[in-house]
Amino acid sequence: MLPFDFDYYKPTKLNEAVALYQSLDKKEKKPMFISGGTELITLGRINLAYTEAVIDLKEITECKVMKFEGDHLVYGSTLTLTKIEETNLFPLLTKTASEVADHTSRGKITLGGNICAQIFYRETVLPFLLADSQVMIVGSEGMKVVPINDIFKEQLQLKNGEFLVQLATDKRFIEAPYISIKRRQQWDTGYPLITVAALKMGEEVRVALSGLCPFPFRSKKLEDSLNNREWPINDRVDAALAELPRPILNDVEGSSDYRLFVLRNLLHDVLEGLDASF
Amino acid sequence: MKMQIIDLHVNGTLRTVTVRFADTLLYAIRGKLGLTGAKPGCLNGDCGACTVNVDGWPMKSCLMLAIEAVGKNVTTIEGLKNTSIQQAFIENFAFQCGYCTPGFIMNCHSLILKHPDADDETIKEWLESNICRCTGYAEIEKAVKSVLEKK
Ligand code: FES
Ligand code: FES
Repeated sequence: MLPFDFDYYKPTKLNEAVALYQSLDKKEKKPMFISGGTELITLGRINLAYTEAVIDLKEITECKVMKFEGDHLVYGSTLTLTKIEETNLFPLLTKTASEVADHTSRGKITLGGNICAQIFYRETVLPFLLADSQVMIVGSEGMKVVPINDIFKEQLQLKNGEFLVQLATDKRFIEAPYISIKRRQQWDTGYPLITVAALKMGEEVRVALSGLCPFPFRSKKLEDSLNNREWPINDRVDAALAELPRPILNDVEGSSDYRLFVLRNLLHDVLEGLDASF
Repeated sequence: MKMQIIDLHVNGTLRTVTVRFADTLLYAIRGKLGLTGAKPGCLNGDCGACTVNVDGWPMKSCLMLAIEAVGKNVTTIEGLKNTSIQQAFIENFAFQCGYCTPGFIMNCHSLILKHPDADDETIKEWLESNICRCTGYAEIEKAVKSVLEKK
């Protein structure tokens, strides 16, 4: 049960949604964009989210697309993870998305909702970081298209009133060899400890991680170390581990030492899995 | 507290309910429509006891606002009549206290419709969404497999 009330709006056009946000913001309604809305419910019920005006983006045409446009695969931000998995146009994304929450919940959780979530675990951003995807964002200053690696710094850097509309990914990355591994501390269910997604472009391995730090990330420095073929594999992994951003999570799911121990093995698995360990 | 009048398509009938925009679908179907088959458990999307079907897919009704269900077809356990999965739960003793049962059945029902040839991996992936406090998993697995095999 949500302990507060809000008004609910369901615009069908981008500019309508932007204008609504602006006017509601002026009225100090603390407007919130939602798409799947699961965080509004789960965080709202424990007073970690609050709004007086919900703007549901699900019915906006541009946010629902899933199609190839020339050499790019375009995903709308309000597609549910189930829809993305069932269509399976981007196998690495299918695999990574299938590791979010559970199957039934993924019928409600959306791509944009997961990428812009408050929780640490935002696995679906990993394939897009690896593939240098472009994101389309709309707000009061209009529409802009930005490389995701320029605008995703721990989280998608959205200004007040902006929201994610689409992500576009070059086909070359969609067809590249990939690996995605999710390690949990216990059993096959329960919270993920670390999720790693990796792509191999030519001889170069790209790696993105979730569950290690309080944010998902891809690190160029870490990749350079891993790809340094002059060194033996153990040294490459050691050097990569020295390049990690901080802090390393230290919680009930796993201590930071344990996470680093798991990560070391994961990096070996990635290099071996992608035939890049020599 | 502002109340809204909305129309919900539940089990094949159009029902008019008065809700807050902040009310979940679970609250609306149980508290307003008296359909108490969907069970409140965690209310946080973790247990699956509240699972219903929305447009043929399983949905945790505690994770959906009632207003989001407008224009969609909602089926609760009360809307299933003599389905093979219900029969299979009885024949395989797939419940003990029964609290998780409506949720499991609704999830299994969607699985059978969407993936009549589901392999073990798909079955596991789908059923992981529900928790049985009495740990009757082996029997539940047997029940769903007995229906899938007949197909
Ligand atoms: S009550 Fe909805 S998932 Fe537990
Ligand atoms: S039968 Fe008791 S919770 Fe499943």
